[in-house]
Amino acid sequence: MYGVRMERTPYKDNDWAVETAGLMKSYRDLPVLGGIDLTVPRGSVFALLGPNGAGKTTMVRILSTLVKPDAGRARVAGFDVLRQRRQVQRRIALTGQYAAVDDLQTGAENLRMMGRLRGLGRAETERRSAELLAEFDLADAARRRVGTYSGGMRRRLDLAASLLGNPEVIFLDEPTTGLDLPSRQATWRNISARARDGITILLTTQYLEEADQLADRIALLDGGAIVAQGSPAELKTRVAERRLDLTLADPVSFEGVARRLGDRAVTHDPTQLLLGVATDGSAANVRALLDEVDPHRDAVSAFTVHTATLDDVFLALTQNETRKETADV
Amino acid sequence: MSDLTIARPGGALTNLAVRTEALTMIGRCLRLSRRNVEALITSLALPVIILLLFVYLFGGAIQTGGAYVTYVVPGVILLAATFGAGTTAVSVSLDMSTAVIDRFRSMGIRGASVLSGQVAASVARNLVSGVLVVGVAFAIGFRPHAGALAWLATAGVLTMFIVAISWLSAALGLLAKTPEAANGFSFLVTFLPYASSAFVPIATMPGWLQGFSRNQPVTPVIETVRALLLGTPVGDNAWTAVAWCAGITVVAVTMCAELFRRRTA
Repeated sequence: MYGVRMERTPYKDNDWAVETAGLMKSYRDLPVLGGIDLTVPRGSVFALLGPNGAGKTTMVRILSTLVKPDAGRARVAGFDVLRQRRQVQRRIALTGQYAAVDDLQTGAENLRMMGRLRGLGRAETERRSAELLAEFDLADAARRRVGTYSGGMRRRLDLAASLLGNPEVIFLDEPTTGLDLPSRQATWRNISARARDGITILLTTQYLEEADQLADRIALLDGGAIVAQGSPAELKTRVAERRLDLTLADPVSFEGVARRLGDRAVTHDPTQLLLGVATDGSAANVRALLDEVDPHRDAVSAFTVHTATLDDVFLALTQNETRKETADV
Repeated sequence: MSDLTIARPGGALTNLAVRTEALTMIGRCLRLSRRNVEALITSLALPVIILLLFVYLFGGAIQTGGAYVTYVVPGVILLAATFGAGTTAVSVSLDMSTAVIDRFRSMGIRGASVLSGQVAASVARNLVSGVLVVGVAFAIGFRPHAGALAWLATAGVLTMFIVAISWLSAALGLLAKTPEAANGFSFLVTFLPYASSAFVPIATMPGWLQGFSRNQPVTPVIETVRALLLGTPVGDNAWTAVAWCAGITVVAVTMCAELFRRRTA
Protein backbone atom coordinates (compact mmCIF):
# COMPACT_ATOMS: atom_id res chain seq x y z
CA MET A 1 0.00 0.00 0.00
CA TYR A 2 1.08 3.51 -0.81
CA GLY A 3 3.14 5.20 1.90
CA VAL A 4 3.47 2.14 4.12
CA ARG A 5 6.97 0.91 4.75
CA MET A 6 7.22 -2.65 5.97
CA GLU A 7 10.84 -2.77 6.99
CA ARG A 8 11.87 -1.82 10.51
CA THR A 9 13.06 1.70 11.04
CA PRO A 10 16.65 1.11 12.10
CA TYR A 11 16.89 3.69 14.86
CA LYS A 12 13.51 3.57 16.51
CA ASP A 13 13.51 4.50 20.19
CA ASN A 14 12.79 1.05 21.56
CA ASP A 15 15.01 -0.72 19.12
CA TRP A 16 18.20 -0.52 21.11
CA ALA A 17 19.64 -3.75 22.40
CA VAL A 18 21.78 -1.72 24.78
CA GLU A 19 21.16 1.83 25.86
CA THR A 20 23.04 3.71 28.57
CA ALA A 21 22.88 7.28 29.77
CA GLY A 22 25.32 8.96 32.12
CA LEU A 23 26.65 5.66 33.42
CA MET A 24 29.17 6.27 36.20
CA LYS A 25 31.17 3.95 38.40
CA SER A 26 34.05 4.45 40.83
CA TYR A 27 35.91 1.93 42.93
CA ARG A 28 36.60 3.74 46.19
CA ASP A 29 38.05 7.03 45.03
CA LEU A 30 39.13 5.78 41.64
CA PRO A 31 36.71 6.79 38.87
CA VAL A 32 36.40 4.03 36.27
CA LEU A 33 33.49 5.22 34.17
CA GLY A 34 32.78 8.92 33.87
CA GLY A 35 29.28 9.13 32.42
CA ILE A 36 28.90 6.79 29.46
CA ASP A 37 26.17 7.34 26.85
CA LEU A 38 25.91 4.45 24.48
CA THR A 39 23.35 2.96 22.10
CA VAL A 40 23.69 -0.38 20.37
CA PRO A 41 21.11 -1.19 17.66
CA ARG A 42 19.49 -4.60 17.81
CA GLY A 43 21.18 -7.22 15.71
CA SER A 44 24.42 -5.29 15.38
CA VAL A 45 27.95 -6.08 16.45
CA PHE A 46 29.31 -3.33 18.65
CA ALA A 47 32.92 -3.11 19.78
CA LEU A 48 34.11 -1.27 22.86
CA LEU A 49 37.70 -0.63 21.98
CA GLY A 50 40.24 0.64 24.44
CA PRO A 51 43.51 0.05 26.26
CA ASN A 52 43.82 -1.78 29.58
CA GLY A 53 42.12 0.09 32.39
CA ALA A 54 39.85 2.06 30.05
CA GLY A 55 36.75 0.72 31.83
CA LYS A 56 35.69 -1.90 29.27
CA THR A 57 35.25 -4.75 31.73
CA THR A 58 33.40 -2.55 34.23
CA MET A 59 31.04 -1.56 31.44
CA VAL A 60 30.34 -5.21 30.58
CA ARG A 61 29.88 -6.12 34.25
CA ILE A 62 27.31 -3.37 34.71
CA LEU A 63 25.42 -4.36 31.57
CA SER A 64 25.40 -8.03 32.58
CA THR A 65 23.99 -7.14 36.05
CA LEU A 66 27.10 -8.16 37.98
CA VAL A 67 27.97 -4.65 39.16
CA LYS A 68 25.70 -1.77 40.09
CA PRO A 69 26.49 1.63 38.58
CA ASP A 70 26.89 4.61 40.94
CA ALA A 71 24.83 6.84 38.68
CA GLY A 72 23.10 6.83 35.31
CA ARG A 73 20.88 4.20 33.81
CA ALA A 74 21.30 1.25 31.49
CA ARG A 75 18.77 -0.80 29.56
CA VAL A 76 19.57 -4.14 27.98
CA ALA A 77 17.12 -5.88 25.61
CA GLY A 78 14.63 -3.21 26.62
CA PHE A 79 14.85 -3.76 30.38
CA ASP A 80 16.50 -1.74 33.13
CA VAL A 81 19.57 -3.51 34.53
CA LEU A 82 18.74 -2.48 38.10
CA ARG A 83 14.95 -2.53 38.31
CA GLN A 84 14.31 -5.40 35.88
CA ARG A 85 17.35 -7.52 36.57
CA ARG A 86 15.68 -10.88 36.09
CA GLN A 87 14.23 -9.93 32.72
CA VAL A 88 17.67 -8.77 31.62
CA GLN A 89 19.37 -11.91 32.96
CA ARG A 90 17.07 -14.17 30.96
CA ARG A 91 17.97 -12.44 27.70
CA ILE A 92 21.72 -12.09 27.95
CA ALA A 93 24.79 -14.26 27.93
CA LEU A 94 28.13 -13.27 29.38
CA THR A 95 31.45 -14.59 28.21
CA GLY A 96 34.06 -13.01 30.41
CA GLN A 97 37.79 -12.65 30.06
CA TYR A 98 38.36 -16.00 31.76
CA ALA A 99 36.59 -19.08 30.46
CA ALA A 100 33.55 -19.79 32.64
CA VAL A 101 33.76 -23.57 32.51
CA ASP A 102 34.64 -26.18 35.12
CA ASP A 103 37.98 -27.91 34.51
CA LEU A 104 36.87 -31.04 36.32
CA GLN A 105 33.79 -31.52 34.16
CA THR A 106 33.83 -32.70 30.56
CA GLY A 107 32.84 -30.38 27.74
CA ALA A 108 29.49 -32.15 27.38
CA GLU A 109 28.87 -31.98 31.14
CA ASN A 110 29.55 -28.25 31.19
CA LEU A 111 27.07 -27.66 28.38
CA ARG A 112 24.47 -29.92 29.96
CA MET A 113 24.76 -27.97 33.20
CA MET A 114 24.25 -24.65 31.41
CA GLY A 115 21.29 -25.97 29.42
CA ARG A 116 19.54 -27.17 32.59
CA LEU A 117 20.22 -23.88 34.35
CA ARG A 118 18.75 -22.03 31.39
CA GLY A 119 15.57 -24.00 31.90
CA LEU A 120 15.86 -26.20 28.82
CA GLY A 121 14.42 -29.69 29.11
CA ARG A 122 16.69 -32.73 29.10
CA ALA A 123 16.06 -33.66 25.48
CA GLU A 124 16.39 -30.06 24.31
CA THR A 125 19.62 -29.69 26.28
CA GLU A 126 21.11 -32.81 24.71
CA ARG A 127 20.09 -31.76 21.23
CA ARG A 128 21.42 -28.19 21.52
CA SER A 129 24.63 -29.36 23.23
CA ALA A 130 25.35 -31.83 20.44
CA GLU A 131 24.70 -29.14 17.81
CA LEU A 132 26.95 -26.63 19.52
CA LEU A 133 29.74 -29.14 20.15
CA ALA A 134 29.72 -30.03 16.47
CA GLU A 135 29.55 -26.41 15.36
CA PHE A 136 32.41 -25.39 17.62
CA ASP A 137 34.52 -28.33 16.52
CA LEU A 138 34.49 -29.96 19.94
CA ALA A 139 32.54 -33.13 19.24
CA ASP A 140 35.63 -35.32 19.57
CA ALA A 141 36.64 -33.70 22.86
CA ALA A 142 33.13 -33.68 24.33
CA ARG A 143 33.85 -36.54 26.74
CA ARG A 144 37.18 -35.20 27.90
CA ARG A 145 37.63 -33.07 30.96
CA VAL A 146 38.02 -29.38 30.18
CA GLY A 147 41.26 -29.37 32.17
CA THR A 148 42.87 -31.18 29.22
CA TYR A 149 41.66 -28.60 26.64
CA SER A 150 43.86 -26.04 24.90
CA GLY A 151 43.20 -22.33 25.41
CA GLY A 152 41.36 -22.08 22.10
CA MET A 153 39.14 -25.09 22.89
CA ARG A 154 38.22 -23.65 26.29
CA ARG A 155 37.17 -20.37 24.72
CA ARG A 156 35.10 -22.18 22.11
CA LEU A 157 33.38 -24.24 24.79
CA ASP A 158 32.85 -21.08 26.80
CA LEU A 159 31.18 -19.37 23.86
CA ALA A 160 29.09 -22.47 23.14
CA ALA A 161 27.98 -22.57 26.79
CA SER A 162 26.80 -18.98 26.62
CA LEU A 163 24.65 -19.75 23.58
CA LEU A 164 22.58 -22.53 25.14
CA GLY A 165 19.80 -20.29 26.36
CA ASN A 166 19.22 -18.56 23.00
CA PRO A 167 20.23 -15.14 24.32
CA GLU A 168 19.19 -11.90 22.60
CA VAL A 169 22.33 -10.03 23.61
CA ILE A 170 25.78 -11.51 24.09
CA PHE A 171 28.55 -9.76 25.98
CA LEU A 172 32.04 -10.87 25.05
CA ASP A 173 34.80 -9.44 27.22
CA GLU A 174 38.06 -9.66 25.28
CA PRO A 175 37.04 -12.88 23.53
CA THR A 176 40.40 -13.52 21.88
CA THR A 177 42.94 -12.22 24.39
CA GLY A 178 45.72 -14.78 24.74
CA LEU A 179 44.68 -16.85 21.71
CA ASP A 180 46.92 -17.73 18.80
CA LEU A 181 46.00 -16.56 15.30
CA PRO A 182 44.09 -19.65 14.09
CA SER A 183 42.05 -19.78 17.32
CA ARG A 184 41.39 -16.07 17.04
CA GLN A 185 40.17 -16.43 13.48
CA ALA A 186 37.96 -19.36 14.47
CA THR A 187 36.46 -17.23 17.24
CA TRP A 188 35.84 -14.40 14.78
CA ARG A 189 34.02 -16.78 12.45
CA ASN A 190 31.85 -18.01 15.33
CA ILE A 191 31.03 -14.47 16.41
CA SER A 192 30.15 -13.42 12.86
CA ALA A 193 27.88 -16.45 12.53
CA ARG A 194 26.01 -15.40 15.68
CA ALA A 195 25.59 -11.91 14.27
CA ARG A 196 24.07 -13.38 11.13
CA ASP A 197 21.54 -15.18 13.38
CA GLY A 198 20.40 -11.72 14.49
CA ILE A 199 21.91 -11.81 17.97
CA THR A 200 23.22 -8.48 19.22
CA ILE A 201 26.85 -8.70 20.20
CA LEU A 202 28.72 -6.27 22.39
CA LEU A 203 32.39 -7.13 22.56
CA THR A 204 35.35 -5.47 24.18
CA THR A 205 38.77 -5.64 22.69
CA GLN A 206 42.19 -4.08 22.74
CA TYR A 207 42.77 -5.13 19.15
CA LEU A 208 41.83 -2.69 16.43
CA GLU A 209 41.96 -5.40 13.85
CA GLU A 210 39.35 -7.33 15.79
CA ALA A 211 37.00 -4.36 16.03
CA ASP A 212 37.57 -3.56 12.36
CA GLN A 213 36.87 -7.17 11.31
CA LEU A 214 33.77 -7.78 13.40
CA ALA A 215 32.02 -4.61 14.39
CA ASP A 216 29.36 -2.53 12.66
CA ARG A 217 30.06 0.22 15.14
CA ILE A 218 32.99 0.98 17.39
CA ALA A 219 33.20 3.12 20.49
CA LEU A 220 36.66 4.13 21.61
CA LEU A 221 36.83 4.02 25.37
CA ASP A 222 39.71 5.74 27.11
CA GLY A 223 40.04 6.71 30.76
CA GLY A 224 36.37 5.91 31.43
CA ALA A 225 35.03 8.11 28.65
CA ILE A 226 33.99 7.49 25.06
CA VAL A 227 36.38 9.54 22.96
CA ALA A 228 34.96 8.61 19.56
CA GLN A 229 32.16 6.52 18.13
CA GLY A 230 31.16 5.43 14.67
CA SER A 231 31.51 2.78 11.98
CA PRO A 232 35.07 1.60 11.30
CA ALA A 233 34.99 3.62 8.04
CA GLU A 234 33.73 6.75 9.79
CA LEU A 235 36.43 6.51 12.41
CA LYS A 236 39.11 6.13 9.82
CA THR A 237 38.05 9.46 8.29
CA ARG A 238 38.79 11.04 11.67
CA VAL A 239 42.45 10.96 10.74
CA ALA A 240 44.04 11.87 7.44
CA GLU A 241 43.37 9.05 5.03
CA ARG A 242 46.91 9.25 3.67
CA ARG A 243 49.82 10.68 5.46
CA LEU A 244 53.25 11.76 4.30
CA ASP A 245 55.80 10.64 6.89
CA LEU A 246 59.03 12.61 6.79
CA THR A 247 62.27 11.43 8.34
CA LEU A 248 64.42 14.46 9.13
CA ALA A 249 68.20 14.59 8.85
CA ASP A 250 68.94 16.00 12.30
CA PRO A 251 67.27 17.71 15.31
CA VAL A 252 67.84 21.19 13.85
CA SER A 253 66.10 20.25 10.60
CA PHE A 254 63.34 18.64 12.64
CA GLU A 255 62.71 21.88 14.53
CA GLY A 256 62.73 23.91 11.33
CA VAL A 257 60.27 21.70 9.46
CA ALA A 258 58.06 21.29 12.52
CA ARG A 259 57.87 25.11 12.76
CA ARG A 260 56.93 25.41 9.08
CA LEU A 261 54.22 22.74 9.38
CA GLY A 262 52.80 24.10 12.64
CA ASP A 263 49.32 22.64 13.28
CA ARG A 264 49.40 20.66 10.07
CA ALA A 265 51.78 18.09 11.57
CA VAL A 266 49.50 15.14 12.42
CA THR A 267 52.30 13.09 13.94
CA HIS A 268 55.23 14.52 15.79
CA ASP A 269 58.05 12.33 17.09
CA PRO A 270 61.27 14.21 17.97
CA THR A 271 63.11 11.10 19.22
CA GLN A 272 62.81 9.37 15.84
CA LEU A 273 63.00 12.70 13.92
CA LEU A 274 59.64 11.83 12.34
CA LEU A 275 56.89 14.23 11.21
CA GLY A 276 53.61 13.36 9.50
CA VAL A 277 51.42 15.57 7.34
CA ALA A 278 48.15 14.92 5.50
CA THR A 279 48.36 14.29 1.78
CA ASP A 280 46.10 12.99 -0.97
CA GLY A 281 48.93 10.69 -2.04
CA SER A 282 49.35 12.20 -5.53
CA ALA A 283 52.87 12.82 -6.83
CA ALA A 284 52.07 16.50 -7.36
CA ASN A 285 50.88 16.96 -3.79
CA VAL A 286 53.84 15.09 -2.29
CA ARG A 287 56.29 17.09 -4.44
CA ALA A 288 54.66 20.38 -3.47
CA LEU A 289 54.72 19.48 0.22
CA LEU A 290 58.38 18.49 0.09
CA ASP A 291 59.31 21.73 -1.71
CA GLU A 292 57.34 23.75 0.79
CA VAL A 293 58.76 22.26 4.01
CA ASP A 294 62.28 21.71 2.70
CA PRO A 295 63.10 24.49 0.20
CA HIS A 296 66.90 23.89 0.49
CA ARG A 297 66.50 20.15 -0.02
CA ASP A 298 68.68 19.21 2.95
CA ALA A 299 66.27 18.71 5.87
CA VAL A 300 64.24 15.67 4.74
CA SER A 301 66.32 12.53 4.41
CA ALA A 302 63.51 10.07 3.57
CA PHE A 303 59.74 9.87 3.24
CA THR A 304 56.93 7.31 3.04
CA VAL A 305 53.25 7.62 2.21
CA HIS A 306 51.15 5.92 4.82
CA THR A 307 47.52 4.83 4.42
CA ALA A 308 45.47 5.36 7.61
CA THR A 309 44.46 2.38 9.72
CA LEU A 310 42.28 2.22 12.78
CA ASP A 311 45.52 2.20 14.74
CA ASP A 312 46.07 5.78 13.69
CA VAL A 313 42.61 6.72 14.92
CA PHE A 314 43.23 4.89 18.13
CA LEU A 315 46.58 6.52 18.76
CA ALA A 316 45.38 9.94 17.69
CA LEU A 317 42.33 9.83 19.93
CA THR A 318 43.58 7.98 22.99
CA GLN A 319 47.00 9.49 23.31
CA ASN A 320 46.08 13.16 23.10
CA GLU A 321 45.94 13.34 26.85
CA THR A 322 49.24 11.57 27.32
CA ARG A 323 50.95 13.84 24.84
CA LYS A 324 49.68 16.94 26.60
CA GLU A 325 50.94 15.60 29.92
CA THR A 326 54.41 14.87 28.58
CA ALA A 327 54.51 18.26 26.88
CA ASP A 328 53.88 19.97 30.20
CA VAL A 329 56.78 18.24 31.93
CA MET B 1 9.43 -13.99 47.96
CA SER B 2 9.28 -12.28 44.60
CA ASP B 3 11.98 -14.65 43.42
CA LEU B 4 9.66 -17.58 43.82
CA THR B 5 6.71 -16.16 41.94
CA ILE B 6 8.29 -14.64 38.84
CA ALA B 7 7.21 -16.42 35.69
CA ARG B 8 9.77 -17.71 33.22
CA PRO B 9 9.34 -16.69 29.59
CA GLY B 10 7.35 -19.86 28.94
CA GLY B 11 4.91 -18.79 31.65
CA ALA B 12 5.65 -21.64 34.06
CA LEU B 13 6.24 -20.71 37.67
CA THR B 14 9.76 -20.91 38.95
CA ASN B 15 9.21 -23.48 41.69
CA LEU B 16 10.29 -26.06 39.17
CA ALA B 17 13.08 -23.80 37.97
CA VAL B 18 14.35 -23.35 41.53
CA ARG B 19 14.40 -27.11 42.02
CA THR B 20 16.16 -27.71 38.71
CA GLU B 21 18.66 -25.02 39.60
CA ALA B 22 19.44 -26.54 42.99
CA LEU B 23 19.59 -30.10 41.65
CA THR B 24 21.89 -29.03 38.81
CA MET B 25 24.18 -27.29 41.28
CA ILE B 26 24.19 -30.32 43.58
CA GLY B 27 25.10 -32.52 40.62
CA ARG B 28 27.88 -30.12 39.70
CA CYS B 29 29.47 -30.02 43.14
CA LEU B 30 29.18 -33.76 43.79
CA ARG B 31 30.93 -34.37 40.48
CA LEU B 32 33.62 -31.78 41.15
CA SER B 33 34.22 -33.13 44.65
CA ARG B 34 34.42 -36.72 43.43
CA ARG B 35 36.98 -35.76 40.80
CA ASN B 36 39.16 -33.69 43.08
CA VAL B 37 40.86 -36.91 44.11
CA GLU B 38 43.56 -35.58 46.44
CA ALA B 39 41.18 -33.44 48.46
CA LEU B 40 38.71 -36.31 48.57
CA ILE B 41 41.20 -38.84 49.91
CA THR B 42 42.40 -36.38 52.53
CA SER B 43 38.90 -35.61 53.70
CA LEU B 44 37.99 -39.31 53.90
CA ALA B 45 41.22 -40.59 55.44
CA LEU B 46 41.76 -37.83 58.01
CA PRO B 47 38.84 -38.81 60.29
CA VAL B 48 40.08 -42.42 60.42
CA ILE B 49 43.55 -41.21 61.32
CA ILE B 50 42.07 -39.01 64.05
CA LEU B 51 40.17 -42.00 65.42
CA LEU B 52 43.32 -44.12 65.59
CA LEU B 53 45.24 -41.20 67.10
CA PHE B 54 42.76 -40.69 69.91
CA VAL B 55 42.24 -44.37 70.67
CA TYR B 56 45.88 -45.47 70.64
CA LEU B 57 47.78 -42.32 71.68
CA PHE B 58 45.50 -40.47 74.09
CA GLY B 59 43.02 -43.19 74.94
CA GLY B 60 45.21 -44.99 77.43
CA ALA B 61 45.53 -41.87 79.56
CA ILE B 62 41.86 -40.87 79.55
CA GLN B 63 39.48 -42.52 82.03
CA THR B 64 35.88 -42.50 80.86
CA GLY B 65 34.60 -45.56 82.70
CA GLY B 66 34.48 -47.87 79.68
CA ALA B 67 36.26 -48.63 76.41
CA TYR B 68 37.63 -45.32 75.15
CA VAL B 69 36.89 -46.19 71.54
CA THR B 70 33.20 -46.43 72.37
CA TYR B 71 33.37 -43.11 74.18
CA VAL B 72 35.22 -41.29 71.44
CA VAL B 73 33.52 -42.39 68.17
CA PRO B 74 30.76 -39.71 68.20
CA GLY B 75 33.41 -37.10 68.97
CA VAL B 76 35.61 -38.19 66.09
CA ILE B 77 32.70 -37.99 63.64
CA LEU B 78 31.90 -34.48 64.85
CA LEU B 79 35.51 -33.39 64.81
CA ALA B 80 35.76 -34.74 61.27
CA ALA B 81 32.72 -32.64 60.34
CA THR B 82 34.47 -29.53 61.63
CA PHE B 83 37.62 -30.40 59.68
CA GLY B 84 35.33 -30.83 56.69
CA ALA B 85 34.17 -27.27 57.38
CA GLY B 86 37.62 -26.09 56.37
CA THR B 87 37.44 -28.00 53.08
CA THR B 88 34.00 -26.58 52.37
CA ALA B 89 34.87 -22.99 53.27
CA VAL B 90 37.98 -23.08 51.08
CA SER B 91 36.08 -24.73 48.26
CA VAL B 92 33.33 -22.06 48.39
CA SER B 93 35.91 -19.30 48.51
CA LEU B 94 37.81 -20.72 45.52
CA ASP B 95 34.62 -21.27 43.56
CA MET B 96 33.46 -17.69 44.17
CA SER B 97 36.62 -16.38 42.55
CA THR B 98 36.03 -18.28 39.29
CA ALA B 99 34.44 -16.94 36.13
CA VAL B 100 31.86 -19.74 36.35
CA ILE B 101 30.20 -18.04 39.32
CA ASP B 102 30.10 -14.72 37.42
CA ARG B 103 28.27 -16.48 34.64
CA PHE B 104 25.83 -18.06 37.12
CA ARG B 105 25.19 -14.66 38.64
CA SER B 106 24.65 -13.04 35.26
CA MET B 107 22.04 -15.76 34.63
CA GLY B 108 20.26 -14.90 37.86
CA ILE B 109 21.03 -18.21 39.56
CA ARG B 110 20.23 -17.79 43.24
CA GLY B 111 22.97 -17.88 45.85
CA ALA B 112 21.09 -20.50 47.82
CA SER B 113 21.15 -22.82 44.77
CA VAL B 114 24.85 -22.31 44.08
CA LEU B 115 25.71 -22.96 47.72
CA SER B 116 23.32 -25.86 48.16
CA GLY B 117 25.61 -27.65 45.71
CA GLN B 118 28.63 -27.04 47.91
CA VAL B 119 26.69 -27.99 51.02
CA ALA B 120 25.44 -31.22 49.43
CA ALA B 121 28.99 -32.17 48.47
CA SER B 122 30.17 -31.36 51.99
CA VAL B 123 27.40 -33.44 53.59
CA ALA B 124 28.15 -36.33 51.25
CA ARG B 125 31.88 -36.27 52.09
CA ASN B 126 31.16 -36.14 55.81
CA LEU B 127 28.62 -38.93 55.74
CA VAL B 128 31.00 -41.20 53.85
CA SER B 129 33.83 -40.40 56.25
CA GLY B 130 31.45 -40.99 59.17
CA VAL B 131 30.63 -44.46 57.84
CA LEU B 132 34.35 -45.17 57.41
CA VAL B 133 35.05 -44.10 61.00
CA VAL B 134 32.30 -46.35 62.37
CA GLY B 135 33.57 -49.25 60.27
CA VAL B 136 37.16 -48.89 61.49
CA ALA B 137 35.93 -48.35 65.04
CA PHE B 138 34.12 -51.68 64.93
CA ALA B 139 37.31 -53.32 63.81
CA ILE B 140 39.22 -51.98 66.81
CA GLY B 141 36.70 -52.80 69.51
CA PHE B 142 33.78 -50.34 69.28
CA ARG B 143 30.82 -52.16 70.84
CA PRO B 144 27.67 -50.01 71.06
CA HIS B 145 24.39 -51.30 72.47
CA ALA B 146 22.06 -49.72 69.96
CA GLY B 147 19.05 -51.09 68.11
CA ALA B 148 18.08 -50.20 64.56
CA LEU B 149 15.96 -47.27 65.73
CA ALA B 150 18.78 -45.84 67.82
CA TRP B 151 21.14 -46.13 64.86
CA LEU B 152 18.64 -44.33 62.68
CA ALA B 153 18.26 -41.57 65.27
CA THR B 154 22.06 -41.34 65.54
CA ALA B 155 22.38 -40.95 61.78
CA GLY B 156 19.64 -38.32 61.86
CA VAL B 157 21.25 -36.20 64.58
CA LEU B 158 24.71 -36.44 63.03
CA THR B 159 23.31 -35.51 59.60
CA MET B 160 21.58 -32.47 61.08
CA PHE B 161 24.84 -31.41 62.69
CA ILE B 162 26.78 -31.94 59.46
CA VAL B 163 24.21 -29.96 57.45
CA ALA B 164 24.38 -27.11 59.97
CA ILE B 165 28.19 -27.03 59.98
CA SER B 166 28.29 -27.25 56.17
CA TRP B 167 26.02 -24.22 55.72
CA LEU B 168 28.02 -22.39 58.35
CA SER B 169 31.27 -23.15 56.53
CA ALA B 170 29.74 -22.06 53.23
CA ALA B 171 28.87 -18.74 54.89
CA LEU B 172 32.43 -18.44 56.23
CA GLY B 173 33.75 -19.18 52.75
CA LEU B 174 31.64 -16.31 51.36
CA LEU B 175 32.65 -13.98 54.16
CA ALA B 176 36.36 -14.55 53.59
CA LYS B 177 38.09 -12.49 50.91
CA THR B 178 40.66 -15.23 50.17
CA PRO B 179 40.77 -19.03 50.47
CA GLU B 180 43.48 -18.67 53.16
CA ALA B 181 41.17 -16.48 55.23
CA ALA B 182 38.35 -18.97 54.71
CA ASN B 183 40.58 -21.71 56.10
CA GLY B 184 41.46 -19.48 59.06
CA PHE B 185 37.80 -18.75 59.86
CA SER B 186 37.01 -22.46 59.88
CA PHE B 187 39.48 -23.03 62.74
CA LEU B 188 36.95 -21.37 65.02
CA VAL B 189 34.55 -24.17 64.16
CA THR B 190 37.24 -26.85 64.49
CA PHE B 191 37.91 -25.69 68.04
CA LEU B 192 34.39 -26.42 69.28
CA PRO B 193 34.60 -30.24 69.66
CA TYR B 194 37.77 -29.98 71.77
CA ALA B 195 35.99 -27.82 74.32
CA SER B 196 33.07 -30.23 74.61
CA SER B 197 32.45 -33.66 76.07
CA ALA B 198 33.69 -35.21 72.80
CA PHE B 199 37.10 -36.39 74.01
CA VAL B 200 37.21 -35.91 77.77
CA PRO B 201 34.43 -35.68 80.36
CA ILE B 202 33.55 -32.03 81.06
CA ALA B 203 34.00 -32.58 84.80
CA THR B 204 37.75 -32.89 84.21
CA MET B 205 37.98 -29.38 82.74
CA PRO B 206 38.76 -26.22 84.72
CA GLY B 207 35.69 -24.57 86.18
CA TRP B 208 35.73 -21.49 83.93
CA LEU B 209 35.67 -23.67 80.82
CA GLN B 210 32.93 -26.00 82.04
CA GLY B 211 30.21 -23.36 81.62
CA PHE B 212 31.14 -22.83 77.98
CA SER B 213 31.56 -26.53 77.28
CA ARG B 214 28.16 -27.46 78.69
CA ASN B 215 26.34 -24.75 76.74
CA GLN B 216 27.84 -24.97 73.27
CA PRO B 217 26.27 -26.85 70.34
CA VAL B 218 28.68 -29.79 70.16
CA THR B 219 28.09 -31.12 73.67
CA PRO B 220 24.34 -31.84 73.37
CA VAL B 221 24.93 -33.49 69.98
CA ILE B 222 27.69 -35.68 71.44
CA GLU B 223 25.65 -36.55 74.51
CA THR B 224 22.63 -37.45 72.39
CA VAL B 225 24.63 -39.70 70.09
CA ARG B 226 26.47 -41.32 72.99
CA ALA B 227 23.23 -42.02 74.85
CA LEU B 228 21.64 -43.47 71.71
CA LEU B 229 24.61 -45.73 71.02
CA LEU B 230 25.08 -46.89 74.60
CA GLY B 231 21.38 -47.30 75.28
CA THR B 232 21.33 -44.81 78.20
CA PRO B 233 18.59 -42.16 78.66
CA VAL B 234 18.86 -39.32 76.16
CA GLY B 235 17.03 -36.71 78.26
CA ASP B 236 16.75 -33.11 77.07
CA ASN B 237 19.99 -33.34 75.11
CA ALA B 238 18.20 -34.45 71.94
CA TRP B 239 15.95 -31.39 71.86
CA THR B 240 18.82 -29.06 72.66
CA ALA B 241 20.89 -30.66 69.89
CA VAL B 242 18.08 -30.39 67.34
CA ALA B 243 17.43 -26.77 68.32
CA TRP B 244 21.12 -25.87 67.95
CA CYS B 245 21.42 -27.56 64.55
CA ALA B 246 18.22 -26.00 63.21
CA GLY B 247 19.20 -22.59 64.58
CA ILE B 248 22.69 -22.70 63.06
CA THR B 249 21.27 -23.86 59.72
CA VAL B 250 18.68 -21.07 59.56
CA VAL B 251 21.22 -18.38 60.48
CA ALA B 252 23.85 -19.74 58.07
CA VAL B 253 21.44 -20.08 55.11
CA THR B 254 20.28 -16.50 55.67
CA MET B 255 23.88 -15.33 55.87
CA CYS B 256 24.72 -17.19 52.65
CA ALA B 257 21.85 -15.63 50.70
CA GLU B 258 22.75 -12.14 51.93
CA LEU B 259 26.50 -12.50 51.39
CA PHE B 260 26.06 -13.93 47.91
CA ARG B 261 23.74 -11.06 47.02
CA ARG B 262 26.22 -8.52 48.38
CA ARG B 263 28.94 -9.76 46.11
CA THR B 264 26.86 -8.10 43.38
CA ALA B 265 27.56 -4.53 44.48
